[in-house]
Amino acid sequence: MNELRLRAVRDPDAPPVEKESEPEVKADGETASDSENRAEAAPLVTSADDTPEVLNRALSNLSSRWKNWWVRGILTLAMIAFFFIIIYLGPMVLMMIVMCVQIKCFQEIITIGYNVYHSYELPWFRTLSWYFLLCVNYFFYGETVTDYFFTLVQREEPLRILSKYHRFISFTLYLIGFCMFVLSLVKKHYRLQFYMFGWTHVTLLIVVTQSHLVIHNLFEGMIWFIVPISCVICNDIMAYMFGFFFGRTPLIKKIVRMYPFQIHSIALSTFASLIGPFGGFFASGFKRAFKIKDFANTIPGHGGIMDRFDCQYLMATFVNVYIASFIRGPNPSKLIQQFMTLRPEQQLHIFSTLKSHLIDKGMLTDATED
Amino acid sequence: MLELRHRGVSPGPGGAVAPPPPEGVAAGGDHEAESTSDKETDIDDRYGDLDSRTDSDIPEIPPSSDRTPEILKKALSGLSSRWKNWWIRGILTLTMISLFFLIIYMGSFMLMLLVLGIQVKCFHEIITIGYRVYRSYELPWFRTLSWYFLLCVNYFFYGETVADYFATFVQREEQLQFLIRYHRFISFALYLAGFCMFVLSLVKKHYRLQFYMFAWTHVTLLITVTQSHLVIQNLFEGMIWFLVPISSVICNDITAYLFGFFFGRTPLIKLSPKKTWEGFIGGFFSTVVFGFIAAYVLSKYQYFVCPVEYRSDVNSFVTECEPSELFQLQSYSLPPFLKAVLRRERVSLYPFQIHSIALSTFASLIGPFGGFFASGFKRAFKIKDFANTIPGHGGIMDRFDCQYLMATFVHVYITSFIRGPNPSKVLQQLLVLQPEQQLNIYKTLKMHLIEKGILQPTLKV
Repeated sequence: MNELRLRAVRDPDAPPVEKESEPEVKADGETASDSENRAEAAPLVTSADDTPEVLNRALSNLSSRWKNWWVRGILTLAMIAFFFIIIYLGPMVLMMIVMCVQIKCFQEIITIGYNVYHSYELPWFRTLSWYFLLCVNYFFYGETVTDYFFTLVQREEPLRILSKYHRFISFTLYLIGFCMFVLSLVKKHYRLQFYMFGWTHVTLLIVVTQSHLVIHNLFEGMIWFIVPISCVICNDIMAYMFGFFFGRTPLIKKIVRMYPFQIHSIALSTFASLIGPFGGFFASGFKRAFKIKDFANTIPGHGGIMDRFDCQYLMATFVNVYIASFIRGPNPSKLIQQFMTLRPEQQLHIFSTLKSHLIDKGMLTDATED
Repeated sequence: MLELRHRGVSPGPGGAVAPPPPEGVAAGGDHEAESTSDKETDIDDRYGDLDSRTDSDIPEIPPSSDRTPEILKKALSGLSSRWKNWWIRGILTLTMISLFFLIIYMGSFMLMLLVLGIQVKCFHEIITIGYRVYRSYELPWFRTLSWYFLLCVNYFFYGETVADYFATFVQREEQLQFLIRYHRFISFALYLAGFCMFVLSLVKKHYRLQFYMFAWTHVTLLITVTQSHLVIQNLFEGMIWFLVPISSVICNDITAYLFGFFFGRTPLIKLSPKKTWEGFIGGFFSTVVFGFIAAYVLSKYQYFVCPVEYRSDVNSFVTECEPSELFQLQSYSLPPFLKAVLRRERVSLYPFQIHSIALSTFASLIGPFGGFFASGFKRAFKIKDFANTIPGHGGIMDRFDCQYLMATFVHVYITSFIRGPNPSKVLQQLLVLQPEQQLNIYKTLKMHLIEKGILQPTLKV
């Protein structure tokens, strides 16, 4: 049983995601499909048309197929414009936007879990999910802030203490949540509660960790944020277009001057086009598995936030790994800080190894000691 | 629906009656059956798609073969089955402890292998439960993918560990250099391959099951694999950081059980009806004392106290060092109330003993929550034990459920309060920098060392 959304009629939709307009009535291999009817009762049918009145009126004379096409198109342009605006506003605002997107995605996925498992009345579940979200975010933001704003953190006394014992504090906060979970186990609901615990953690793993990788990328330089994200968006749109038309583009054959970053961007785009879509397939499979059309109905014509960001997550992790492996070295001032905390013999050992290394490389000769 | 296991337990409805305490319940294990859920269907079963089936849909685990070795059976044939079980459990306990000592004797490297073996077995046990719950045997690729992900995550973690700790060893080999430098990228690529295989393996009628199993695998990896690597990192810090926490948890298990057996009266938590407050508190005090003493005994020996290092001159791994000040006797003045009791002004302790109090406290107060979590899990999926590997005790996971939280705690404790950064890692990162950056750092370091008097300005080191 599927929700038939008002916009289900469209056909030429972007890649593979939207092919499932036929209701998927068959059970997923579990014989209890009838209970699925119960499971997907009212709460999942959020067929309220969210399209703003303005648009509705403007497009009222078109047939519903084209109306939908236009709604989708307009919202696409709106999102892209919004994207440009926040880029203009700067990294801090971007960071906040990423955070908001992350929270919304988390909420969307958790809501699906609720609906699938009728978990509304499970004691503590909602509180605990949000609490875990808070803990994990605290942990990651603390690490990020400590890494990148090192000098600022060292200056302020309370910040310094928080950063020195950061892991311990984060772990303690998490433990509190864990113990609360154990204490909240209720006799007849064990399995549900464990499912939801697992669901929450996998969601945290997917959504929260990767959004923090996005922020790390952002701190490397906005270009490491903008180019990958736009690649994925572009791939989305282009793959759709190419499914519509057939095009041929002549290759350019001449010597070109390029920024080295452009070479890297080829790698990024390749990943965005070849592997990125697997994130989309994963999300499609998930939606089919739980018999939903979209993660939520936040954006008219598009579905939920998670629908728009499903391919982005893999991309973010890839870019982060790429930077760590091929671009960025370790941070020299941080290394010096770490060095200072070592014991004298260790410091001496490192110093002499470094010295012989530099002499080997010819950067240093015995005579140039100043 | 209960699985009735035959573990040399009394005949009849194996779990329907809460078995008497000596029936081999060490405080860590939780083997009482759900006596009340025979007749009623769990509300759990009416929720969700999978759970809306009645209990009979959960495949009945056939009574597992009794794995007690023949020898033991013959030796104990004369006793009543209740005592027989007690003896089996006791003998296996002693066997496990002896095995533990043996491996400690053989060294850090063997311990690392042991931890790896335990991790793989725990992973296997939990995944098998998932199979049964979801009847996933026929899902395409599922088993292969689970083991593949296990391999990937282990590769990632071992690579990081090896690179960190054995930098000198690794520097020498060219191929290893390449693997280390691009380690993250390689690990990520391997993981991605598994992820794409999963997506490609999605089969029309089995989507939900496949997603469940994917999530199940990942949560299991998160719990077992990451924490076992924290254990290994603790181990590399010095064997004492491995031994004291683990023995604290074991001691807490045993002493809480003993105290509960002799003095137990007030139930502790509904989840495990056989745990009592008396056991909990008695176990707490005994464990702290035990930890304190064990710390004292072990701090004397370099074998336990020193981090593992690779020495290129002797081409082997050694545990020799100048013990850090944690492991050197210090004199402390006693607070007034202790002064009166012990009639002494000062006492000589290893600072590590103070830390061991913190570790034992955690092991006794928070560690059991790991056990409760595992009990809840077993009740949720209606199993008596994780597996039947150890006669009288259940599966490996049954014995290690409390250890996991402990491992993470010790690791966090060490990184927060004890250890500075790892010198080989610092060196590793230094060597990766650009030459000009290295030169700058060299000059800064030299100035610093001369200031501190560690380096003599005129001496060519």
